[in-house]
Amino acid sequence: MTFSVLAGLKKFNIDHKCEVKSIYEYYAKWIREGKLKVNSDWNKDLKLKFTVQDPCQIIRKSYGDPIAEDLRFVVKSIVGEENFIDMTPNRSNNFCCGGGGGFLQSGYVDARRAYGKIKADQILATGADYCIAACHNCHAQIHDLAEVNDHAWQTVHLWTMICLSLGILGPNEREYLGDDLKEVNVFHPETAL
Amino acid sequence: MSEDAIKIEGKKKKSLFIDKVREILPDGGNLNMCITCGACASGCPATGLENMDPRKFLRMAALGLDEEITSTPWVWMCTGCQRCIYVCPMKINIPELVYYARQSWPREERPKGILGSCDMALRNDSCSAMGASPDDFQFVVEDVLEEYREAQPEFKDMEAPIDKAGAEFFLNQNSREPVTEPDEMVPLWKILHTVGVDWTYGSKGWGGENYCMFLADDEAWEHVTRTALNKADELGCKIFLNTE
Repeated sequence: MTFSVLAGLKKFNIDHKCEVKSIYEYYAKWIREGKLKVNSDWNKDLKLKFTVQDPCQIIRKSYGDPIAEDLRFVVKSIVGEENFIDMTPNRSNNFCCGGGGGFLQSGYVDARRAYGKIKADQILATGADYCIAACHNCHAQIHDLAEVNDHAWQTVHLWTMICLSLGILGPNEREYLGDDLKEVNVFHPETAL
Repeated sequence: MSEDAIKIEGKKKKSLFIDKVREILPDGGNLNMCITCGACASGCPATGLENMDPRKFLRMAALGLDEEITSTPWVWMCTGCQRCIYVCPMKINIPELVYYARQSWPREERPKGILGSCDMALRNDSCSAMGASPDDFQFVVEDVLEEYREAQPEFKDMEAPIDKAGAEFFLNQNSREPVTEPDEMVPLWKILHTVGVDWTYGSKGWGGENYCMFLADDEAWEHVTRTALNKADELGCKIFLNTE
């Protein structure tokens, strides 16, 4: 969405007053300002390892390395610096997962999964238990890559992990958490459906 | 003593696809500056699919193999990720060449899934690739919000407004949540509530995806972008905030 808006405004000369921003920047800002009091205590003993995908649309194609740094600051704040393992290469130089550009909807399923092998290998090399994918296309593709090849990692949205670390993630907001996190820091467990 | 150079008489070269694209792009997309180093192809996950890669695609375009490059399905396997531009010493815009190659396909022959998602977005003002109407969206948002306010009393004042005039942030929402997994909208609302953010969705242009760009349909892409931005401006929002 970010890139389609930024590129569309330019390409079609669309007059507009509002400024187009990514929420990653604000997550980082709100944590720095103390408005989001996240911490990684929940992961102190669990020591679950996390890596993060750099969505091309937001990092390489729109805001570059500064927003990749914001993304990492947010992730490290919620999972613990020692539990974050970066992919190689990363930031603006990271590989596309293969979920973008309409590939997920194009019908070329085998080609899409062959494309994604580079991403799968990158994630496996980190040894991470979780890959945070704060973009729906990335999320769907990385989730699918693990599922079809029986890879061990789980694929989660960033907002899920922020809320988990704040202790406000309810039992019905855990669709993408693995068994190792389903019962951790549950907010209002009695509301489980 | 040197002889005069031999002049080759021939028909005027036909206008090539690559030349047409060069005319459209700023600085011609640097499309004629390739030094054939292959950095693009070696770092592209789509290399090898359909026996194609970015360098080969560009070289074929430069050689005027228009029919081949405007018919290969590879253009739908390039995600437009721009890593090829990032690593290219000449900053050649191969993804834009791919974009126009996609556009050269008759609209109805482009991949059905992408076509269908774009057409869904054109059905109503939501611009949702899943076709959800503004009323459906409002119903789901209100329903889920009410449920969570009751179940989790710490969030009894949480809001998820639609068309709140003067809100600082205008947010969009990927259709996947309201249509298939509405509980997944809640963590974001909780974060915004916790911070005390003044935000709103729009009844128009709330769909947080744009398959019309992937379809290479300029008119539809513009419509989706314009609908969302106009709504944000109309509400007087300062920041158009993308969650992705």
